[in-house]
Amino acid sequence: MLYSVFMLALRSVRRNMLRSFLTILGIVIGVAAVITMVTLGNGATQAIKTQISSLGTNLLMVNPGQRGPGGSGGGGGGVPHFTAADALAIQAEIGGVVAVAPLGRASVTVVANGRNWATSVSGSTNDWFETGNWKLANGRIFELEEQVAGSAVCVIGETVRREIYGGTEGLTGLGKLLRVKQFSCEVVGILAAKGQGGMGDQDDLVVVPLQTLQRRITGSRKVDVLMVSMQDGADSVPLKASLRQLMRERRKLAEADDDNFNIFDTQQLAETLSSTTKVLTTLLGAVAAVSLLVGGIGIMNIMLVSVTERTREIGLRLAVGALEREVLLQFLIEAVVLSALGGLIGIIIATAASYSLSMLMKVPYVFDPFINFLSLVFSAAIGIVFGYFPARRAARMDPIEALRHE
Amino acid sequence: MSEFLIQLKGIKKKYGVGASELMALKGIDLDIMPGEFVAIMGPSGSGKSTAMNILGCLDTPSSGQYLFKGAHVEALTRDQRARLRRRYLGFVFQGFNLLARTSAQENVELPLLYRGDDAKVRRAAASRALQSVGLSGWENHTPSELSGGQQQRVAIARAIVTEPAVVLADEPTGNLDTQRSHEIMGLLVSLNKDHGITVLMVTHEPDMAAYARRMVHFVDGNIAKDVENPHPNNVASGDIDLTETI
Repeated sequence: MLYSVFMLALRSVRRNMLRSFLTILGIVIGVAAVITMVTLGNGATQAIKTQISSLGTNLLMVNPGQRGPGGSGGGGGGVPHFTAADALAIQAEIGGVVAVAPLGRASVTVVANGRNWATSVSGSTNDWFETGNWKLANGRIFELEEQVAGSAVCVIGETVRREIYGGTEGLTGLGKLLRVKQFSCEVVGILAAKGQGGMGDQDDLVVVPLQTLQRRITGSRKVDVLMVSMQDGADSVPLKASLRQLMRERRKLAEADDDNFNIFDTQQLAETLSSTTKVLTTLLGAVAAVSLLVGGIGIMNIMLVSVTERTREIGLRLAVGALEREVLLQFLIEAVVLSALGGLIGIIIATAASYSLSMLMKVPYVFDPFINFLSLVFSAAIGIVFGYFPARRAARMDPIEALRHE
Repeated sequence: MSEFLIQLKGIKKKYGVGASELMALKGIDLDIMPGEFVAIMGPSGSGKSTAMNILGCLDTPSSGQYLFKGAHVEALTRDQRARLRRRYLGFVFQGFNLLARTSAQENVELPLLYRGDDAKVRRAAASRALQSVGLSGWENHTPSELSGGQQQRVAIARAIVTEPAVVLADEPTGNLDTQRSHEIMGLLVSLNKDHGITVLMVTHEPDMAAYARRMVHFVDGNIAKDVENPHPNNVASGDIDLTETI
């Protein structure tokens, strides 16, 4: 009996193709929206996580200036800069530190091979490669003499290599001369690509020894950021406290003075950012879920119309001996078949949409079986909830009245 | 006692309450034997349709007794009456009441669906029923592709596919022209004669009532006349061209 009622419902869905399609459109859009939102949100969370772990986990960034309400301050007027000596002091005095890299930055246009490219140049020590989790695709890092002498050598990021030299990833350009401002430096190494993400293109940079940057490009001894890499599993709280104490002493701050620097913890950042995206994902998913509800009401609406329109048919079914519950079941199953079908189509559309959108937004595509399953079950449940009232109305009809209905 | 197929005893039916109260049936007594062909006649408002609804177990009387094969129909629940209908009754309507966009075959199979017959049984029975109304070869046509006469034949096939004891026909020729009407009447006569199905037919056309062997006249909620028709309009099966051409 259940099978034949199911076939009956399926037949009726098929008989009214256009109307069935319009009926389920709301569900289709609702399910597609929910799944796409959640999938993209998961992708974005994942992207941020990879991004931050590629920055280097266990990384502390010491920036000059106070941490204002809008994040780290720019280190404006009167705030003293860091020097290379600060990095050495941290290395010497704080336990649990693996590497400390003083980092200076400047915006430059690099020229070579008949092309030019606007990028940023970072000056640092070899510790920088460790703090930033950088690997070399080719070549080497800096020699000690080069660092001391401020030699004209550089390591370039994959984006710079591609834009200037073209050709195969990580290969071309090694040993060539790259013109940075007024001097030319020899490309001694090429960084392995980290890829693009929410934080911009990390591979778009040129690295030179700190001395080289200070002498040949910026002309000052200032250091913008101190990158401090902690040991794996080190507890960042006491380490940050002693780091803060050391920096206060070195910057000769009195007891009452506020910090004129701030310490930025990437792990904290990772947690903050991914919890933010999670909240956003939930929010977007909830908004999309409202459209699912609206889709359910659409189903109820059309089912009611369908029941009215098919009054004579219902009358006939009752006359030839259909029981009340058989008519109820038929219309209920019809609603469930419709809404589940809508859910299924929604899942297909969502898969296509979230796949192509994640390509477009350059976030990884993370298939979430749970949300897909949940959407399907939920849309079927919508069919039951919103199909019940029209179905009951059909089942309780008086066959005589129904047959007389025009 | 049980030789009667149908017994109505003092059946009353009233609609509405208070001032708008209307007595549609004022105490009907009617006995019908198996194998009869009864025409129920009368002007509109005479209660013949109400009587037909009660006879078809679609409606219940306000008072009185309705015995179908000795069982008290007036005491049955809605679902019990539905079961009785699917087991013993077949309906033919003036407006055919076929499902649109549904093949003749599927239309005829409909009552079997509710009996829980499986697909193979349904298909065979529907084909047989369509054949017996002269519509072999039309199984896959939808109502919109059939003429009025053909549609009514599909409806008759649907009524007899369950091999019912009684076929209730409510103005079966009301929507058809004269020639098709006579063909349909011929079919009903042959159901009655050849298959032994009791036929109850409401009509206001004397021409059509003339096919019946008994005529019951309703006037004002009462049976005014209940007469035998000694010479029913007898159509030999051979006279009707069952392979109707459009």
